[in-house]
This record gives sequence, structure tokens and C-alpha cells, in this order.
Amino acid sequence: MEEFVKAQDLVKYYPVYKRGILLKKQTGAVHAVDGVSFSIAKGQTLGLVGESGCGKSTTAKVLLGLERPDAGHAFVDEKEVHETLDDTNDEKVRRFRRGMQMIFQNPYGSLDPRMTVYDIVSEPCVIHQHIPRSEWNEKVYELLRMVGLEEYHAERYPHEFSGGQRQRICIARALASDPKLIVADEPVSSLDVSIRAQILNLIMDLQKEKELTYLYISHDLSSVRQVSHHVAVMYLGKIFEYAKSEELFDKPLNPYTQALISAVPIPDPKTKRERIILAGDVPSPINPPSGCRFHPRCRYATEICKKQEPPLIDALAKDHFVACHHADKFV
Amino acid sequence: MEDHHILNVHELKTYFYTENGIVKAVDGISFQLGEREIVGLVGESGSGKTVTALSVLRLVPRPGRIVSGKVYLEGEDLLAKSEKEMARVRGRKVAIVFQDPSSSLDPLFTVGDQVQEIIMYHEGMPKKEAVERTTELFQRVGIPEPEKRIHMYPHEFSGGMRQRICIARALALSPKILFADEPTTNLDVTIQAQVLDLMRGLHNNLGMSMVIITHDMGIVADMAQRIVVLYAGNVCEAANTHDLFYSPKHPYTEALLEAVPRLDRHKKLGVIKGNIPNLIEPPSGCRFHPRCPYAKEICSQKVPELEKIDGNHYVACHRWRELALVGGA
Ligand SMILES: Nc1ncnc2c1ncn2[C@@H]1O[C@H](COP(=O)(O)OP(=O)(O)OP(=O)(O)O)[C@@H](O)[C@H]1O
Ligand code: SF4
Ligand SMILES: [Mg+2]
Repeated sequence: MEEFVKAQDLVKYYPVYKRGILLKKQTGAVHAVDGVSFSIAKGQTLGLVGESGCGKSTTAKVLLGLERPDAGHAFVDEKEVHETLDDTNDEKVRRFRRGMQMIFQNPYGSLDPRMTVYDIVSEPCVIHQHIPRSEWNEKVYELLRMVGLEEYHAERYPHEFSGGQRQRICIARALASDPKLIVADEPVSSLDVSIRAQILNLIMDLQKEKELTYLYISHDLSSVRQVSHHVAVMYLGKIFEYAKSEELFDKPLNPYTQALISAVPIPDPKTKRERIILAGDVPSPINPPSGCRFHPRCRYATEICKKQEPPLIDALAKDHFVACHHADKFV
Repeated sequence: MEDHHILNVHELKTYFYTENGIVKAVDGISFQLGEREIVGLVGESGSGKTVTALSVLRLVPRPGRIVSGKVYLEGEDLLAKSEKEMARVRGRKVAIVFQDPSSSLDPLFTVGDQVQEIIMYHEGMPKKEAVERTTELFQRVGIPEPEKRIHMYPHEFSGGMRQRICIARALALSPKILFADEPTTNLDVTIQAQVLDLMRGLHNNLGMSMVIITHDMGIVADMAQRIVVLYAGNVCEAANTHDLFYSPKHPYTEALLEAVPRLDRHKKLGVIKGNIPNLIEPPSGCRFHPRCPYAKEICSQKVPELEKIDGNHYVACHRWRELALVGGA
């Protein structure tokens, strides 16, 4: 399968300052993304899951070129993202940008309240001029239909829509530039259950129709399973486990993944599973624990876990990557 | 008829008199909570879950008003009580924990103060004993090193710890009933699991009756013995947890179960068409009718009554007898 997206050892630290009287002094760094690698095949979805602050959104920003990595490379469609964006040829940069779009959690915050839906959805056409002006109308109406809105909605303003409809508008706008890659960061987290299903189905239908490649970011494991072909689990800036979706959810090999999965209540009173209750909070990414970052909360941790960081490898099952010194226990 | 329920909410109506019109937020909601029972109130946003809880505690903010109904707590109607009597009910008989622990704690006082104060004021306990009791409460809700933590301020705690503090405060006067309004919605999954585990422990060890308010069908499946499904200010269905999941009788319940993604399987999601209705001008008849795949003429003309179909199972749908709905599992 063709790899459309590739992240290689991405690192992104944010400096932490202490404000003195005259100068601010750097006292440390948030290890937001600390050596993250993955790939996504064309037309597929990688789900990136993890709890708040684990580095999911920073990974997305680095991948899209919105943040510069401190180390590592990101490739989209065989082009190195940051090199391409640094190119002096504006036209080339613009075309590259056009191929990557993002959808966010809060559909209201990402829509300009003073613009009509028509202006919002056609804006990418204005910016990129990738289709002739005479075809804009047709394009906007086609997109609105595609995301389940009506043509007459084009003349309305964002506040006249419900949360689910606003997310449809955001999706229509993202599609207007004919992107190949869409990064969706918690796209359904602020929506109601009945609306969530509509948007998840829409996201999946659009993928089939347009061969879109998705990076789907969420803390909600159930929706991740619903849309993803592969899943990567992040904890404190690191990928802990990475495998095909069913593999990962049915046979997790990392104790953190196992705890995460067991923590999600299943909407079926007959399903009784082992409940793994992790002690304590997620530690700060400013000074992550030594060795395996999960060791202070892990019930299987031994000496080696405190000292040595486990590599992310697929030694136990082909293409099932796991970072844990004791993963062989769980095969 | 003798009422063995600790809480019995009957035909409760709470409206908001806004500039744009009357919002019928809670429009004839009835449900019961048994002694030592956990009831789940589920529904999407705007279905009236929070307003129901606030009405029971008589804490409905302006421009809202309880219009009619009864709220029997151990046989006494709370809606008939004076404000002064009500002040003795809150905290002692019923307490509430909200979704956002940050905004319900005062940032200017230590967390210990906020709990002690309640104990001193209501129980007339001297400071030293109140501090001891607070420390005990902190211990009970799983806050490590409570002697030290009671002197810290809310911002020094994580979200999960803050929610534990709110729970400790709610327990301060040993209430019989705890309302928990989306207690874990803003928390990470592993922290949510900790808080749910704590609540399960309080229920098992203290025999506390609880009403858990959530939009998460997983949480009610896991925690509740009975479930009440709300839609647009009405009860659609109420049943024992098992029956609700395996033999739902209301089309909305059926649709809801089909629409939630599940971690333990992969299946195309069922879709509920349309949007959540506006409560100023709710749909006529059955409020679910514009979105209901089974709606017939009568559904838009007549409001369906909440009927008892057997022992503990209630449903408000004109067509429940004819429909063969599928369970979620
Ligand atoms: N202060 C208020 N003024 C006007 N309307 C209000 C007020 N508080 C609540 N409402 C309305 O009452 C209805 C029910 O709201 P409620 O907060 O009970 O819903 P909920 O089920 O708790 O939803 P959520 O899942 O979003 O918490 C909504 O239509 C809401 O807009
Ligand atoms: S009363 Fe009619 S519209 Fe309402 S749920 Fe039943 S069948 Fe559907
Ligand atoms: Mg609410």
C-alpha cells in the first residue's frame, strides 16, 4: 500500500520559562512530542488516541507544518512538509497547503460569524483559485449537498445553525480546496450522541467517495474505533502502541492501552470486563518519568522500566508495534 | 398506596420565561428513586437533565420557575416547603455534584475551608472537629495525604482531584441522595474510571441513593440499576437497566442505542435524522415525531402518556404495542 503520510521521529519541545525581575530564564521544556513515527496509507485513517496533554494536537500541527519540529521529518505525498513550505515558489507552497486541511472540535469557534455559509465554503476557492470563478457556485452547492445541507443554507449565517450543522459547514469548507489529507481533531467531541453518529458516518462516506486520507485525533476510543483502520496510542509525547484497529482494541499489548480500553464503559449491561483503575494523574510532560514514562502508574513495572525506555517495535506480532519491556506477557 | 421510594418526582414542570418565549425545559417529568438505588438520567443536551436536578433541589436560576408538580422526598413534598425548610434539606438530604469542578469551588479559599465551613455552619461543630471530619471525608474520597491537602487551593489540584473534593463537600452532611450531574464529562477516561469507581464505592459502602446524570449510555449501563431516558423535556422511557438495553420500547431509546459507537465492536452506526428540537416551540404531539422512523398521523396530534407496561417499565409512545424494536446488544 502506498504511504501517503509519514512521520519520522518527530520531536517538539516547548520551552518553559521562569519570569525573573529582568529576564526570563528557561527552566525546562514541555516534551510535547518526543520521537513520534507513524505512516498512513492513501485513503486510510489513522486514529491517534490519548488523554489530554499527551501531544496529539501538537503532532497534528507539526504534520501540517503549523509548528516547526525540533527534529524529525514529516512527509505528505512524498514531499517533506517543512522543506516544501519553505520553498520560495509561492505557487508550489500554496498548492501543497491546499492538499491538507483540518477540522476542529469547536465548529462555532472556527467559523467567522459575519460570513454567510456561501462565503465560508467558497473562501478556499478565493484563496487558492484552483477552480475557475464560473464554477464556484456549482462547487459550493455540490459541497453543501455532499455534507447533507441544502442549497438555501448558503445565504445563512453560522449562528442560525445547530452544532452538528456547523460541523457540516466546516467539513464542506475543508473539502472545498480538494484536499487529499484531512486532520480531524476531536471533530465530534462537542456534539450530541444522535448528531455524532451523523457526522461520523459522513466522515467515513466522504473518505470512500474521495479517497481521502485522515488523521483522526480523539480521546474518545469508541469513535476512534469506529472510523480508524490503524490506531496509535500516545502517552506523554510518545507512541506506546500502534497497530491495526481490531488488533489494538482486541489484543492490546501495552499496559497503558489495556487500562485505557478497560476504562471505557461499554453501553451494554451484560459486558462485564476486568476494570483496571490506574492510580494517580497523568504526570507532567515537563519532566516526564525516567525509563518507560508510564512506569509510576504501571502494575507490571520492574527495575528495567525505571531505567530504560522501551523501544516501539513489532517483535511479537508483525505490524503490531508496542513499547513495553514486558509486552511478551500479554501475547 | 404506600410509596417505598426515597424520591418521587411527579409531573414536574419547570419553564424559563425568556425574552424569546417560554422555554419548556422540563415539561411533565416523573421518575422514582428507590432506597440504595442508582438511577441514570440520560438524554442529549437540552433534554432537561440539569434543570430536573436543580428543580429537585429548588435551585432553578432565573428566569426559570417550577410551574407545577410534586417532589416527594421520604414522603414530604419539597415543592411545598418554605425556603428556610429547604435550606435544611439541601446537603443533609440531597446534595449535588456538578460537571465542572473548577467553577463550583471558590478559588480564594482552601479546599479544606470550603468543606469545614459547611460542617461548622450546619452541624454547629467546633472548628477542630470540623477539620477532623473534613480530613476523614478527603480520605474517604481517595485524596492522598489529606492532612496536607486540606490546606491547598483549588488550582493546586488536577481536574480529577477537584471532582473528588466536590464529592467530599457534597458528602459533608451525610445526605441520603446524591445527584451527580455529568460528574466525569470533562475528565480523561482513566480519571473518569477513578471517579466512577469512587462513586460505586460510596454507593456500596454508605448505601447512598444516587441519580447519575449523563449523556453516556456506557456510564449508565455500568453504574445504574434503572434508567430514565429524557427527550426534549419529557420522559420517553424508564426501565430497569437490563430491560432498557435489551428490550427498549421507545423508538428514541432504540435509535440512541444504535447511534453510539462501541469499543467492543465495529458496526455501521444508525442515524437519527434531523436535530434536537427547540423548546420554545416544541413539536406538537410526541416531541420526537419529526425524527421518528415509526411516526404516524396520531403522533403529531396527541401527546403520548407515560404508560406503565409492566412492573418497572414505563414508556410514552402511541405505537409501543405494535412495534417490535431491537435491543442494543
Ligand atoms: N437559565 C436559563 N435560561 C433559559 N433557558 C434555560 C436556562 N437554563 C436551561 N435552559 C433551557 O432548558 C432546557 C433544558 O436544559 P438543561 O440544562 O436541563 O439540559 P441538559 O439535559 O442538562 O443538557 P446538557 O446535556 O447540555 O447538560 C434547554 O433548552 C436550555 O436551553
Ligand atoms: S409516539 Fe409516534 S412519533 Fe413518538 S415515538 Fe412513538 S411512534 Fe414515534
Ligand atoms: Mg446539563
